[in-house]
Amino acid sequence: MSLNSNMNLATSKLGLLKRILIRPEFSAVIAAFFIYVFFCIVAEPFRTLAASMTILYQASTIGVMAVGVSLLMIGGEFDLSAGVAVVSVAVVTSITTHDLGVPLFVGIILSLISSVAIGIWNGWLVTKTGIHSFLITLSALFMLFGMNLGFCRLFTRTVATPNLADTPGHSLLRKIFATEFRIAEDPGSKLSILIIYWLLFVGIATFILLRTRIGNWIFAAGGNQNSARAVGVPVTKVKIGLFAFVGFSAWFYSMHQISAYNSIQAGSGVGNEFLYIIAAVVGGCALTGGYGSAIGSAIGALIYGMAVQGIVYAGWDPSWFRLFLGFLLLLAVLLNLNVKRFSTRK
Amino acid sequence: MTSNSAISLKNISKFYGGMQALNSVNLEIKPGEVTCILGDNGAGKSTLIKIISGLHQADEGEMLVNGSKVNFTSPREALDAGIATVYQDLAVVDLMETWRNFFLGSEIRKNIPLLKPLDVKAMREIASTELERFGIKLTNINQVMGTLSGGQRQCVAITRAVYFGAKVLILDEPTAALGVKQSSVVLNYVDKAREVGLAVIFITHNPRHAYLIGDHFLILKLGKVNLDAYRSEISSEQLVREMAGGEELVLLAQQLENKDK
Repeated sequence: MSLNSNMNLATSKLGLLKRILIRPEFSAVIAAFFIYVFFCIVAEPFRTLAASMTILYQASTIGVMAVGVSLLMIGGEFDLSAGVAVVSVAVVTSITTHDLGVPLFVGIILSLISSVAIGIWNGWLVTKTGIHSFLITLSALFMLFGMNLGFCRLFTRTVATPNLADTPGHSLLRKIFATEFRIAEDPGSKLSILIIYWLLFVGIATFILLRTRIGNWIFAAGGNQNSARAVGVPVTKVKIGLFAFVGFSAWFYSMHQISAYNSIQAGSGVGNEFLYIIAAVVGGCALTGGYGSAIGSAIGALIYGMAVQGIVYAGWDPSWFRLFLGFLLLLAVLLNLNVKRFSTRK
Repeated sequence: MTSNSAISLKNISKFYGGMQALNSVNLEIKPGEVTCILGDNGAGKSTLIKIISGLHQADEGEMLVNGSKVNFTSPREALDAGIATVYQDLAVVDLMETWRNFFLGSEIRKNIPLLKPLDVKAMREIASTELERFGIKLTNINQVMGTLSGGQRQCVAITRAVYFGAKVLILDEPTAALGVKQSSVVLNYVDKAREVGLAVIFITHNPRHAYLIGDHFLILKLGKVNLDAYRSEISSEQLVREMAGGEELVLLAQQLENKDK
């Protein structure tokens, strides 16, 4: 090999190292590794295959939504209504099916339409008025929260959505959205299909972000929307599309919820939007937009899963979990700040 | 004269409410020339370039591009006619790689149905060859835009405009925010753009930068053409004097001298 090509190799290796270092999810991967090792040491049951499956399942319950939320954050916006939107989908599906008598698949389509419409509504308001998405979606959070409970009470006189277990078509829905695969002799080792969907979401989102025109536009819309507009990027459409995708994700995750648990508490969901945002930020998304990754959000969700289960396996009081999550978020934000400084150093 | 002009402005006037921002401005912009538009704040420089770049429409007068009359209603139309504007903020996204910035809004895609993925390899190659052709050496085309120097960023924005078919390049105060060294990088670059036959419109309030690179100078004052001269017709000192509100400064200098006495 000539000297020249050796040098090329050396510089490309250096480039690779730096390229890994500047990846948004870099610090999250390191953190995930240490958290895994930590819980393996302090909690013996954590090391089993069954535990891994439970952790992955926990992660996927946050992860599916975190993909959409991270894309939206890269595009420079927030969605605080993402948590209750999942419940809204369940409310619409169950009430139309159970109380208004439409077939299940019609209820599902109605909830899909309404969930995407809520996303479009949020996006339209944000882009039209220029009001920060934090405020627009905060109002959406409360409106949806109120409607979830209000409509549920109105139709069922309870605060739980009607049980769909006996509805024709529910078993098929369950097969599609909540199948569990036994992967070992031990009855605890079950792989939920939600995990597979989650990884699929992450893969597709990563492809879109890094290898399509839309992905380029998402980064540009979040990074500097005026510049993006000046070179012809349809920023408004991109943003509305991202809100709509969060709406679609809420529908998808809710399909899992209603097929796995048949009924959902209409008052639940509040607070989950923060878990999605935490997963995205821990995974390297910048709060200011224009920076982040879908893989990062998955690692953020994985850290969430390990923390929530690890504390249980270690036999500690689960109250400490939120302290841990908050601390982790702070750590992630501080770490990302430094990584970004390093990578953009002149 | 008109026939070989890239852009001809004839008696262009513009009113904002009761205020007249431009008063019957005539200007010939030719390929292979750097036309410098100078003027104080509020002289009408930005109104003039906004009309040329399609952001605003003139209230009176007409504009000809390559000899035919045009009436741009949007920047996109001006762009399609080969008139590109590089604004001070450059329209770049700092957190994105240089090649992504270069092709932002005009991405090259592979012809795979449905997916239509980006042709990353082609875009990287074209961006680095185009930049190199104009003498911009980047260590890495994957470098995030924010890590480039001010002059380099300016040059990337200009190269991008040229690559996407600009025949007329409007540079809005390209050296205003730059130090001496960075300014010379950009001025050098403007010279290269002229060499390849572009018509360059250089907006500045720095007559020294203008005289370094310009072929043709237009000074605006309160919306009117105060001076329209070719390089052979004017010296650097004259330009500085004319530009900086010449008489006022001479007057001020005299006053200050008298004070000392």
